[in-house]
Amino acid sequence: MSSPAIEVCDLHKSYGTHDAVRGIDFSVARGEVFGLLGPNGAGKTTTVEILEGYRERTRGEVSVLGFDPGERPAELRVRVGIVLQAGGMYRFITVREAVAHWARLYPHPRDVEEVIAVAGLQDKAETRVRTLSGGQARRLDLALALVGDPELIFLDEPTTGFDPAARRAAWETIRSLRDLGKTVLLTTHYLDEAQELCDRVAIIKAGRILAIGRPQELGVGAATRVRVSWRDEEGRLQEREVEDPTALVHELTSAAVARGASVTELTVVRPSLEDVYLELTADAAASVTADPVPARA
Amino acid sequence: MPSTAVLAWHQYRLERRMFWRNPSAAFFNFVLPLLFLFLIGAIVSGDQDQLDVIVPGIAGMSVLSTTFSALAMNLTFLREQGVLKRMRGTPLPSGAYLSALAANAVTNAAIQVVIVVVAGRVFFGTGWPEDYLELVVFVAAGVACLAALGVAYSHLIPNFDSAPAFVNVVFLPVIFVSGVFFDAENAPAFLRDIGRALPLTHVIDGLSGALVTGASLADNAGSLGVIALWGIGGAVLAVRGFSWEARRG
Ligand SMILES: Nc1ncnc2c1ncn2[C@@H]1O[C@H](COP(=O)(O)OP(=O)(O)O)[C@@H](O)[C@H]1O
Ligand SMILES: [Mg+2]
Repeated sequence: MSSPAIEVCDLHKSYGTHDAVRGIDFSVARGEVFGLLGPNGAGKTTTVEILEGYRERTRGEVSVLGFDPGERPAELRVRVGIVLQAGGMYRFITVREAVAHWARLYPHPRDVEEVIAVAGLQDKAETRVRTLSGGQARRLDLALALVGDPELIFLDEPTTGFDPAARRAAWETIRSLRDLGKTVLLTTHYLDEAQELCDRVAIIKAGRILAIGRPQELGVGAATRVRVSWRDEEGRLQEREVEDPTALVHELTSAAVARGASVTELTVVRPSLEDVYLELTADAAASVTADPVPARA
Repeated sequence: MPSTAVLAWHQYRLERRMFWRNPSAAFFNFVLPLLFLFLIGAIVSGDQDQLDVIVPGIAGMSVLSTTFSALAMNLTFLREQGVLKRMRGTPLPSGAYLSALAANAVTNAAIQVVIVVVAGRVFFGTGWPEDYLELVVFVAAGVACLAALGVAYSHLIPNFDSAPAFVNVVFLPVIFVSGVFFDAENAPAFLRDIGRALPLTHVIDGLSGALVTGASLADNAGSLGVIALWGIGGAVLAVRGFSWEARRG
């Protein structure tokens, strides 16, 4: 129905001689929750901050809500909410003062008390920011990004450092954004976060996208190999990775039937998103040693 | 959309509130100059010639500390903490934000000059100002010049921990050579020359004319010129070197 919220085409960014982003393409539809998943140093923050207008790109095309963020148009900042990977705050301001002040900077803000509640900071509304815990300060970051009622929200590692309960609560908040029809671009190095929240995920490493798609699809699609394991007649655990397990399973079971025995501990596993992630982001050296399995008896 | 002026006003109000919440900033900004004034006033007690030097001198020092020192420290803090970066991601226009920061410093300068002038009248026999226009002109020129220099200087400060040292290494020598505590005419020639090359001496000359000697704006036009030169240089450097984010590593 409308153009994508974000379009990135052949994006490059170098810091001096270091190529942090080396040709990235993706687009985020309106109303979509899109995740950039990758280890530290992958180039997630660099990419997001180019889209937010904080950093200049070396090369490539980007468009955010139809604008070039590099030109820092004022209309764009009104429609976008930003949670930086690390953002500071006035030391002596209280939570409520901060949210109320931020609300004044936007033309159509959300209700201040409602936003404080959405961020789970009702009990801390009168608390000075510098006495908040790390997790609470992060939730304030989220509140400040939401109070202007933006249509697009950038979240750079929104839950890093959270305990599990706080993490679940933040996920609820982010899901509520999707329910409101907001577009979300988030970065994370937590797989479960990407799997739980994102409509689509791009796995990024060393400035390149290694795989992109729905979390479920990445699990089955990107890694085509299926892992079959069983215990052989000598009682040793065997493991094999194959494209299509049909023939191998037939071979194992018919041999066992012929002997009048059974195949013990037979498992056939499709890789999860986690396996794909580990495989894709492992160093080349590591993946060589992880190669196939002993010959069978 | 709230207008730029309205946004700047909101931001100014916030800066004022935050200023008063920081007890050490409030102390250093208001109590320290008065402490200097009373201590030195006690030492030279009764010597009206000396008092006539010290009152405009401390007024000038107040302008220096509320603008140059305070802005250099404050900007270093805001930059290092990432507050500048966060503000840059909101619809608050950069100009509105920086104006609010500057207006906050200017307010402190104005409050302090008033305190020093009143203390001079009530306790130190300097009387009410001879020339209010001249007073306003020199406070305004001094504030603009020293604020620009403070912003420019903040670019040299690598992190907040070293900010007090960076600021004081300028602040302390400058107040001594600029004749805050004694008549610069009695200083050794080379110190006097250094002092005359710096803007604070000329701010104090103007304040002295306005508060004590009655030397007119026309008499002090040369001083205004020196302040303007420093101010323009400071403004260019302040804008050129401005960075919204801390340097890495
Ligand atoms: N301002 C910068 N100057 C120089 N190198 C940088 C800068 N920002 C990031 N880098 C480098 O670029 C790479 C990608 O960093 P970043 O985008 O922060 O990754 P991520 O957010 O995925 O952890 C890293 O090697 C990092 O050290
Ligand atoms: Mg990052």
